[in-house]
Amino acid sequence: MIRNYILVGLTSGITLLFLIQLINLQLISSDYQTLSLNNAVEELPIYPERGLIYDRNGLLMVANQPAYDLMVIPENLNAFDTLEIETILNISKSELNSILKKAFTYSRKLPSVVARQISKEQNAILQEKMWKYPGFYLQKKTVRDYKIPIAANVVGYSSEVNSFEIQSNPYYNLGELIGRQGIEKTYENVLRGVKGKQLFQKDRFNRILGPYKNGQFDAPPIAAQDLVLSINAELQAYGESLFINKRGGVVAIEPKTGEVLALITAPSYDPNILIGRQRSEQFNRLMGDTLSKPLYDRGLQAEYAPGSPFKILNALIGLQEGVIDENTRFVCNGGHFYARGAFMKCHCAEGTYNALMSGIYRSCNTYFAKTYKAIISNGENPEQGLDRWKAYLAEFGLGNYLGYDLPIGRPGFIPDSKYYNRWYPPGSWNANTIISNSIGQGEVLTTPIQMANFTAAIANRGYYIKPHFVRPNNPQEMDSLYQKNKINILPEHFDTVIEGMHQVVENGTARIARIKNIEVCGKTGTVENFIRLNGQKQQLTDHSMFIAFAPKEDPQIALAVFVENGYWGSRWAAPIASLMIEKYLTGAVERKWLETRMLEGSLLNEYEKPLLGKPFSINE
Amino acid sequence: MNKSLFSRIDWISMLLYLGLVIFGITNIYSTTFDNTPLELFNPSTAVGKQVLFFVLCFICWLPILFVNPNFFDRFALILYVLALFALIGLFVFGTNISGATSWYLLGGISLQPSEFAKMATVLLLANNLSKFQSDLKKPKTIARAFGILSVPALLILLQPDAGSALVFFGLVFVLFREGLSLTFLLLGFGILLVFILTLLLGTSIVILIFTFAAGVIYTFLKRRYQKLKAWPFLASVFVAGLFSFSVSFVFENVFEQRHRDRFNIVLGLETDSKGIGYNINQSKIAIGSGGWIGKGFLNGTQTKGGFVPEQHTDYIFSTVGEEWGFLGSSLLIISFAILIIRMMLRAEKQTHAFRRIYAYGFACILFIHFSVNIGMTLGLVPTVGIPLPFISYGGSSLLAFSMMFFIYINLDANRLSI
Repeated sequence: MIRNYILVGLTSGITLLFLIQLINLQLISSDYQTLSLNNAVEELPIYPERGLIYDRNGLLMVANQPAYDLMVIPENLNAFDTLEIETILNISKSELNSILKKAFTYSRKLPSVVARQISKEQNAILQEKMWKYPGFYLQKKTVRDYKIPIAANVVGYSSEVNSFEIQSNPYYNLGELIGRQGIEKTYENVLRGVKGKQLFQKDRFNRILGPYKNGQFDAPPIAAQDLVLSINAELQAYGESLFINKRGGVVAIEPKTGEVLALITAPSYDPNILIGRQRSEQFNRLMGDTLSKPLYDRGLQAEYAPGSPFKILNALIGLQEGVIDENTRFVCNGGHFYARGAFMKCHCAEGTYNALMSGIYRSCNTYFAKTYKAIISNGENPEQGLDRWKAYLAEFGLGNYLGYDLPIGRPGFIPDSKYYNRWYPPGSWNANTIISNSIGQGEVLTTPIQMANFTAAIANRGYYIKPHFVRPNNPQEMDSLYQKNKINILPEHFDTVIEGMHQVVENGTARIARIKNIEVCGKTGTVENFIRLNGQKQQLTDHSMFIAFAPKEDPQIALAVFVENGYWGSRWAAPIASLMIEKYLTGAVERKWLETRMLEGSLLNEYEKPLLGKPFSINE
Repeated sequence: MNKSLFSRIDWISMLLYLGLVIFGITNIYSTTFDNTPLELFNPSTAVGKQVLFFVLCFICWLPILFVNPNFFDRFALILYVLALFALIGLFVFGTNISGATSWYLLGGISLQPSEFAKMATVLLLANNLSKFQSDLKKPKTIARAFGILSVPALLILLQPDAGSALVFFGLVFVLFREGLSLTFLLLGFGILLVFILTLLLGTSIVILIFTFAAGVIYTFLKRRYQKLKAWPFLASVFVAGLFSFSVSFVFENVFEQRHRDRFNIVLGLETDSKGIGYNINQSKIAIGSGGWIGKGFLNGTQTKGGFVPEQHTDYIFSTVGEEWGFLGSSLLIISFAILIIRMMLRAEKQTHAFRRIYAYGFACILFIHFSVNIGMTLGLVPTVGIPLPFISYGGSSLLAFSMMFFIYINLDANRLSI
């Protein structure tokens, strides 16, 4: 009878159906494994402590400090003394209420932030009173602690990763920090280490129940490395103090190693203000200051005309090309006509005969204009001469990025024949057309670190090592990372110009830079500069420039100093360079009068001039 | 009685039973595991309570096994009346747990009379249908049989516990076995078909389909049977249409939103894994993540995290799926199927109508529980809150099913006795 087996058949049928569904869910579809993992396993990162940063002498510059967020789990809240919390956190009742309401809406069982990175004082008070406030707790985080509030432009800063970085780099998750600027950015991978992970089993309310599978899938973090900077913190701090109320900067390099001893840009800021609750407010303030630009690293990013220090390079090229020698003399009549009706002025008295040495220490424009003309005319045509000249300069690291280990910079500019062929009909220009380049004006642009670098190359008598800010751990690493960049100019030519630079300090334009018992070599610069004001080209007071190295034999420090709108070179830049050399080489400064003059001097009224909307006079 | 009772016992079924209960306790332990050491006899834990009831089952086992099989026939009516009183008494003395007044609370232990009512109903049904005069071709017998089912079902529906009430109508399969016209079965499937099609496609399309189908069948048959009349086809289309209308009317106006949601989720008309579909979705995730061999005992992440609601009771199969994988869960399903089918096949060998109908009725009830409960955790059947027999946590359920099982063992062992 069929009716006897209806239910047997149905049972078999349904069993088959169940087995098919089981095969479908468990064996075919793989989605459920992932869904289940997302459901029930929480992956929490373990962050290694960010690497510390020391100066070259082992002085701790950047450390870490705990910061606390006040958190709340709404479910655990009892009635509490709102007034006390409000007073401690310094917020109003309605603010607290709206924060708590948001927390309730987000989740009753998961923590929400009440106050981010509360101050040390608030934390101290709260730690004492936490027992009174069930539902609240303090969550520890680690933030930077700048032990010495200097070199903000070198160490840089960190901030939370943005959505692009999260997408492009799988390492980072929402809310994590990434080095944004300076050493923190370049050495992000070294300083951050590698975060570990810990897997937790969670329940349906996302509460953590315990480790997942006894932690067998956990990964320990890989510790971060500490960094030793090439920066000398004492020199850096001293230099920064000399720049109070001035705009400009210093790049100081140890010539033998290419290590940057100081990178000063002024005005700068205390890196500690970018830590804590006020970070975004302070950062916006720094970003918003478009006049003094504290976030703009003048030492790396500012492209100035190099001015008279550039004459040293032209002298070297002239010597190597054989168009001049030590004894070549040019007459200067307070300047000279370099073309019909075109006169270039000079400080020299009328009828002065300069050889190379006095040409350098008197900074004679005429001498170097004529040298430059000889260099450019040394080829078959001006194009060839100019391009050969540019090749020499490229060997000094000019006209392109230097490739140091900070994330920002500018290439500067050295013109070539193609450039002028665009401006003038080819063949219609010659040395006279571009004569301003001879004295470091015209089209030539360099950044201060490029200037410090070529100064180091001169000090080294013919090579430089790429400037860098982190000391390699050992000589092998040093050799593999940083080789000598040789310059194709004979060492004796360097000796010649170095003698000239020594004379600059002894007898020439920078006698103020003389230091007892130290042979300083230098070259002043007074750089004309222009801005565009209401659509009109407007000349401003000259920039004060100085390059120097010392001691003359076995140089320990080479630097480039520039003070914006400081007028002539030995007015500001040479004394600052001299003080820093003295400080670095002797450890103390004897010339207190000069130090005081530099510390107290202010150029603020000079910077105000173009902003007042009135006609103003310059170079006064 | 030439052989001892023990040698006549259906040991294969007994082993299946023991295996299922012990596997059930294992999984109850896993779903309620909170890192504390196992206390097998601590009645304050779920496992402890279940174990105590299991012990109680063993205590019942011997008396039930040794009693004369005719006892159950004679006392069926008394047990049935007692069960009805117990169900009625709930309205006065019952305790409301999560919305239904289904429990008596007796000193820390809650008893659910509806579980025992199943036993009484099967017994009385077997008793009635095995009577000499009863004939399921007669409306009187049919009415009485349905009456026996309906009274407890109605009382349970009032608790309200629709799931348990539904189980009683599973006994309809016994009636088919015992001679109820199979037209009712076809009618039942027809009704189910119209019901599902109406929910899926809407009334107008259902009417179109039926008109089309009736037209095709009529023209096809008309060629063979010249005298075929058209009106039965028109009538059936009309009735189906009317039913379809009433389904959509009842569905939209009588059902509550939660009932509608349950149907919609299973039919795939709605996908809401956070709200109303949460249970089924989480249950499928748990089972699906088990893979071939499962995550291992006590290692189910879904189970530990409590993502599946009612996991130690109605949704316990999701734990089996997650922790024991395809191997464990298919073994469980096959064991269940073997037990049910074995019961029915052995029932066919009974010469006594009462014993046959009882075994068949019990198999029916197991079948309904099995297919509805596992179907629900697998996302094939709308959510209906009934436990998986022998496995799910619940003392009354375990005790009542065990007693029914022991009665079956008794009747089966005494097949040849008068």
